[in-house]
Amino acid sequence: MTEAAPTVHNPLAQFEVKKIFTLPDVFGYDISFTNASLLMSLSVIAVALFMGLGMRRRELVPGRFQSMVEMTYNFVADMLTETAGADSMRYFPIIFSLFIFILFCNLFGMIPYSYTVTSHIIVTFAFAAFAFIGVTCIGFYKHGLHFLHFFLPSGLPGGIGGLLLAVFMVVIEFFSYLARPVSLSIRLAANMMAGHTLLKIMASFVGVGLIGIFPFAFILIFTGFEIFVACLQAYIFALLCSVYLNDALHMH
Amino acid sequence: MDAEAVKLLGKYLGAGLTTFGMLGAAIGVGLIFAAALNGIARNPATEGKLKGFALMGMAIAEIMGLLAFVIAILILYVVK
Repeated sequence: MTEAAPTVHNPLAQFEVKKIFTLPDVFGYDISFTNASLLMSLSVIAVALFMGLGMRRRELVPGRFQSMVEMTYNFVADMLTETAGADSMRYFPIIFSLFIFILFCNLFGMIPYSYTVTSHIIVTFAFAAFAFIGVTCIGFYKHGLHFLHFFLPSGLPGGIGGLLLAVFMVVIEFFSYLARPVSLSIRLAANMMAGHTLLKIMASFVGVGLIGIFPFAFILIFTGFEIFVACLQAYIFALLCSVYLNDALHMH
Repeated sequence: MDAEAVKLLGKYLGAGLTTFGMLGAAIGVGLIFAAALNGIARNPATEGKLKGFALMGMAIAEIMGLLAFVIAILILYVVK
C-alpha cells in the first residue's frame, strides 16, 4: 500500500503487515505468521480468557468480573432481540462472536506500537461476507424462493406505470442489497484507519518545541474518543448484522 | 511542467477535493443527532429506542462520507 518512500513519519506505516516468522508456501499462498496473525491470535486468547475466567465460578450473585461478562452478554442479547425478535436468539452465537472479536481487535489496536487488524478492508470484508452469505442462506432456507419477494416493496400502484416502477425498484433494491457487505466492511475499516492515521499525524506535530503541548493534549483527548469509536463500531457492526438478520427472518 | 508533474498535480488535487464528500456526511450526521435530541427532549421516555435508531442512521449516513475516503485512497495508490 505504501508507495511513497518509507520514512519514520509516514502515518500509514503503522498499517504495514510484517512477517514475524516465515513459513513455506502452501499451494502458492504465503501463510507466514505476521503481526496481523499475532494480534488476531491474541484477541482470540483474550476473548477466551475473558469469557472463561469470568464464568469459572458461576455464582448466583455475580462478582465484578462475572458481571462484566454477563453485562456484555446481556448487551448483545438485548440488542439482538430488540432488532430481530425473540426467535433470532438461535443466531445469537454468531452475532456475539462477531461483536466481541471485532471489539477486542479494535481495542488491541489502541495499544501504542500495536497493529489494528480491523483497519484492513480484506479482514473486515471477510467478516461482512460471512454475515452477508449467512443471512442470505437463512432467508432462502426460511422462505424458499419467496425470499425473492424481498426485492419488491409492497404498496406499489397498479397499471403500466406501476409495472415500470416495480422494475425500477427491483433493480435499486437488488443493488442496495449487494452493497451491504461493501458498506459494512468499508465503514469499519475506514473508521479505524482514519482515527489511527489522525493520531499519527498529530503525533508528528508534538516534537516541534513548546507549542507541541497542544497536539499532545489533543492526542490525549482523541485517544479516549478513539476507544469510544472502537466500541461504537463493533456495536454498529453487530447492530447492522442483526438488522439484516431481521430482514431475512421476517421479510418486510 | 512536464507530463509527470501534471499527472501528480491532478492526482493530489483530486485526492484533496474528495474531502468535500465529508461535507454531506457531516450535515447528515448533524441532522440525525439534532432530530434525535429534539425527539428525546419532547418525549424523554423514548430515549432508549431513539438512541438505537440514531446510531443506525448515523452509520448509514456516515458511510457516504467514508466512500469519499475510499475514492481518495484509490486515486492516491491505485491510479497509475
